Amino acid sequence: MSGSRNSAVQVKIPVSVKTGYHVNSNKPSEEYLIPLKLTWTATGALEGGEVTYPKPSLEKYEFSEKPLSVFTGNFDLVANFKVAANAPAGPGVAAGKLRYQACSSKACYAPKTIDISIPYQVQ
Amino acid sequence: MSLPRLSAAFATAILLGWILPGCSSGPHTVKAASVKPAQERHEAPEFTLKDGDGKVVHLADYRGKVVLLDFFATWCGPCKIEIPWFTEMERKNKDKGFAVLGVSMDDEGWEVVKPFLAELNVNYRVVIGNDATAQLYGGVDALPTTFLIDQAGKIAAVHVGLASKKDFEDGIQQLLQAPAGGIKPDQALLRTAPHLDPVPARSARAE
Repeated sequence: MSGSRNSAVQVKIPVSVKTGYHVNSNKPSEEYLIPLKLTWTATGALEGGEVTYPKPSLEKYEFSEKPLSVFTGNFDLVANFKVAANAPAGPGVAAGKLRYQACSSKACYAPKTIDISIPYQVQ
Repeated sequence: MSLPRLSAAFATAILLGWILPGCSSGPHTVKAASVKPAQERHEAPEFTLKDGDGKVVHLADYRGKVVLLDFFATWCGPCKIEIPWFTEMERKNKDKGFAVLGVSMDDEGWEVVKPFLAELNVNYRVVIGNDATAQLYGGVDALPTTFLIDQAGKIAAVHVGLASKKDFEDGIQQLLQAPAGGIKPDQALLRTAPHLDPVPARSARAE
């Protein structure tokens, strides 16, 4: 990604969930479920970073009485940054953590956190 | 301005499930498809964990009883289906030499587990698990994972994921009716737990 000072930049982060599994959406339909959440730990010369999540799907599973708000298949997270006014020209990296918790229709897996890194270039 | 692409790979588990052969011989009529013949059972690994009152619990304390050992977590939907079954099974069978022992795999510990147990009116003993205990039982990456242990302390059945209530009930009755025999504990090999591929979390990389 590259951008000039004071410009708004949008970063699309494609995510893929293997067939037969789902992750809870960023707003799960049950309080006990762990949401998918992207947070930034260091953004360098980028400011903001508000994340836009896709529209979840409501899926009924054998273990749930009501449909659950989940993400399945391929989807994008979109992060919205602004290049700082005083950003030095050159490269940098924004770093974040993506936390999620996956299940199949019969079993669930422990919550995981993976690293996200976005290299950028200030022009 | 170009938008970079970033891949976040969600890898998922492949359950290399054991198809456990159907049941043991014996004079009794109740047979559970998942219960292994006595001679094929192996020792349930010993562990020491604490319950909600801080009391130390050894699996060996349960020797002589049929034990349903349930690894669960509060964030696990399928676990919430099975736990009321186990509460009922505890109530029906606790005076017949049966006990349920829950092992919570919640990282947050009793802070989240106690309210959860209260909400579900759990009537059996629960301990907080850890990675070391999970490793003894094959990793326990998928929850719920439930082991049915016979009176001799050997694993008679393993259920990974949401299972059938009837299969649990039949397995418990079969073990209660037919005390385990066969292999002596010191002859058993500790390799009875199912092998599960972990859910690998891979770092996202910019393309």
